[in-house]
Amino acid sequence: MSFSAIVIQFLNGLAGTSSLFLVAAGLSLIFGVSRIVNFAHGSFYMVGIYLAYSLIEYFGRGSALGFWGAILLAGLGVGLIGIVVELVLLRRIYQAPELFQLLATFGLVLVIKDVALWIWGAEELFGPRAPGLRGGIEIMGRTLPEYDAILIVIGPVILGLLWLLLTRTRWGTLVRAATQDREMVGALGVNQAWLFTSVFALGAFLAGLGGALQIPREPANLLLDVTVIGDAFVVVVVGGMGSIPGAFLAAFIISQIKAFCIGIGTVEVFGASFAMSKFTLVAEFVVMAIVLVVRPWGLLGRPQAMPRHAGAAEERISLASRPLSMAAFAVLAILIVLPATADTYTLVLLVDIFVFALFAASLHLMMGPGGMVSFGHAAYFGLGAYGAGLLLLKAGLPMELALALSPLVGALGALIFGWFVVRLSGVYLAMLTLAFAQITWASVYQWDEFTGGSNGIVGVWPAEWLTSKTVFYFMTLLLCGASLWLIRRIIHAPFGYTLRAGRDSPLRADSIGIDLRRHQWIAFTIVGAFAGLAGGIFAFSKGSISPEGLAIPRSVDGLVMVLLGGVQTLTGPVVGAAVFTWLQDEVARQTEYWRALLGLTIIGLVLAFPQGIVGFVKARLPARLGGGL
Amino acid sequence: MLRVAGLHAYYGQAHILSDVSLEGNAGEVVVLLGRNGAGKSTTLKSIIGLVRPAQGEITFEGRRIDGLSAHRIARLGLGYVPEERRIFTDLTVMENLEVGRQPSRAGAPAWSPDRLFRLFPNLGEMRNRPGGRMSGGEQQMLTIARTLMGNPRCILLDEPSEGLAPVIVEQMAATIRELKQEGLSVVLSEQNLHFAASVADRATIIEKGRIRYTGSMAELQANDAIRAQYLTV
Repeated sequence: MSFSAIVIQFLNGLAGTSSLFLVAAGLSLIFGVSRIVNFAHGSFYMVGIYLAYSLIEYFGRGSALGFWGAILLAGLGVGLIGIVVELVLLRRIYQAPELFQLLATFGLVLVIKDVALWIWGAEELFGPRAPGLRGGIEIMGRTLPEYDAILIVIGPVILGLLWLLLTRTRWGTLVRAATQDREMVGALGVNQAWLFTSVFALGAFLAGLGGALQIPREPANLLLDVTVIGDAFVVVVVGGMGSIPGAFLAAFIISQIKAFCIGIGTVEVFGASFAMSKFTLVAEFVVMAIVLVVRPWGLLGRPQAMPRHAGAAEERISLASRPLSMAAFAVLAILIVLPATADTYTLVLLVDIFVFALFAASLHLMMGPGGMVSFGHAAYFGLGAYGAGLLLLKAGLPMELALALSPLVGALGALIFGWFVVRLSGVYLAMLTLAFAQITWASVYQWDEFTGGSNGIVGVWPAEWLTSKTVFYFMTLLLCGASLWLIRRIIHAPFGYTLRAGRDSPLRADSIGIDLRRHQWIAFTIVGAFAGLAGGIFAFSKGSISPEGLAIPRSVDGLVMVLLGGVQTLTGPVVGAAVFTWLQDEVARQTEYWRALLGLTIIGLVLAFPQGIVGFVKARLPARLGGGL
Repeated sequence: MLRVAGLHAYYGQAHILSDVSLEGNAGEVVVLLGRNGAGKSTTLKSIIGLVRPAQGEITFEGRRIDGLSAHRIARLGLGYVPEERRIFTDLTVMENLEVGRQPSRAGAPAWSPDRLFRLFPNLGEMRNRPGGRMSGGEQQMLTIARTLMGNPRCILLDEPSEGLAPVIVEQMAATIRELKQEGLSVVLSEQNLHFAASVADRATIIEKGRIRYTGSMAELQANDAIRAQYLTV
């Protein structure tokens, strides 16, 4: 790589920094003050770029005033959307558990995606280049687009403005105070509600502006929301939650790494050629994983003091009451006699429900009793699926053996990742699980020769004797039922008690001699095995595997199922998985806009049942009946 | 000025306050005495709206305030100084004061940073120091100064002497007497009987969430039996 190439890649990286910084700064501000991890922040960016496209079309492509006016208006428009979202949705759920807020913002992602689909259609929309800035600047014989030069300036300018706003105004002082102790700010007479609304509006504005500024550089498309939120999370975590300069530094580092990965192209390592550009998909997550392990609070963040009161005590988990056991047996009996009358369609749907019930229950074991929230649970599901598929096709193992080994593949992945993960806690832990899931996904997605890349693997069919849907149904019922029973046993075993002790008071658990990390690591591995089994069964039930099986949306599905059912209930994940899988199937058949319906349903459920469906039922049943739910 | 009647409060299943009543008159210093865990902090937090009482009536200057959110209660002229101090550690002394600033109100002493620095000279010498790099005594001064920036008519002080060196406790007592001179009403919670006696006009004793005694400070000083029963360890 020549020196001039290095310079030009460096400038490319700088230009990429600006938009990334804008989105991440908004996310960081919102998280700092409201403690809401806003999943919809990438959607705000996406709406920003679409709005900019439409406004530029409206003002006419040629006018410079129209162009810059459109970009600013797009940002303001998104800010306005932010205000509406805060007033209508978030304000009602500030008291709800953190994860429910996350779920609600995820519902928002689905709704916004479909609204965008409805307004702008599924095609990519290419915006114009900025009027008056269509040329390039010659730098050492290479050209840098003039617009990129403007972007390089915009990022630091906005960083400076934000810094002034936060340090030189009363509003900024209140925001910084609320980031540390919002309750105290309220007790001093400050109306937190308006502070939250204004912060949310500013955050949304920044995201919208960040999106709008990209219109000459990338087409508006419907996938931006998820990719951008992934990037923004990484930047916020790497830079340090709540630190604006940290967000800038992290955006800079990640943009540079990406620019250089693309610039370097293919390199020869030990005689094998390796395309560095493929590394871009993983690079930022590798950076995040390293930062989280070495400096968990981020580059410029500060270690958070452990709160003295971690909030309300968790709901107790008790053994099943007699009526509940009887109900469970009744359901089991129905499921056993069902194939005699049901059609194939119902059986296939039920197999899906069983698989996802196991997937959700494994995630629940980790989130509920384990107290570790995973944003990347799909990794272990995917590892199990790919493990089974590859063992069958590449290693030529019999199907039964391949399926039997799928939990081991999931467990092995969890064993390796878990060693890092249990060193963290809270949001940081969740972010690291997300990083590992992304790394797994990107490896699978790009390793064409081994995993089939984006095409996935086909021909993963079950053995001869399992080809009948009914037989496969019974096998799934048996495996998932036994696993669910085992998970319940684990929760009620001393091991489960230890996990809960560690969740409720890590310090106290430590001081009575519990090696908490070790227990969490073991739990993580066990959970990986169950998720792997679910993945293995899923692969054989579909006959094919694709990288989507371990992408972010699958992890989110798992979260939604657990939260829908209720985190601190045992039957919750099963009920949540059943409702979610059925709903998705039902809604997807009815309309093209199934995501919006699903999103609205999720939001409605969060508003109606902040304790989850099972939690809601439990609170209304006498303790005698509700015990063990 | 401040009246609490029949207050009940719970944390989850635990019944923390049971039929607590308390009265603070204008221009008076009232102390709520009790051991650790007796319910002193919960009582004050219920008054300012940080804990939602299950039952009971709280009135401030004749107005019902139970059920209002904390910021609305604060804006009526009721200041709250928490036990844990809760200084904004990333913010400087001046910025901490800025967060507490509210418009001045009739019938209450009006405070400015300069006036507060005369009351707490130490703070004036560290205007730009972050709250996190101050000693415990300095933080205690700052948390009171911050609440005074709201120009309250009445302040709730939660265990102001806790964890302070004896000489600082003396200063604190002098400060409270000075605030009383300014016309401020004070409700404070304490375990330190000696300190309480040096500032309070009246005393109420709380034990296990119930009120056991209410009377003048002088009467309590004279009553050895009550003191032995509820206050000595």
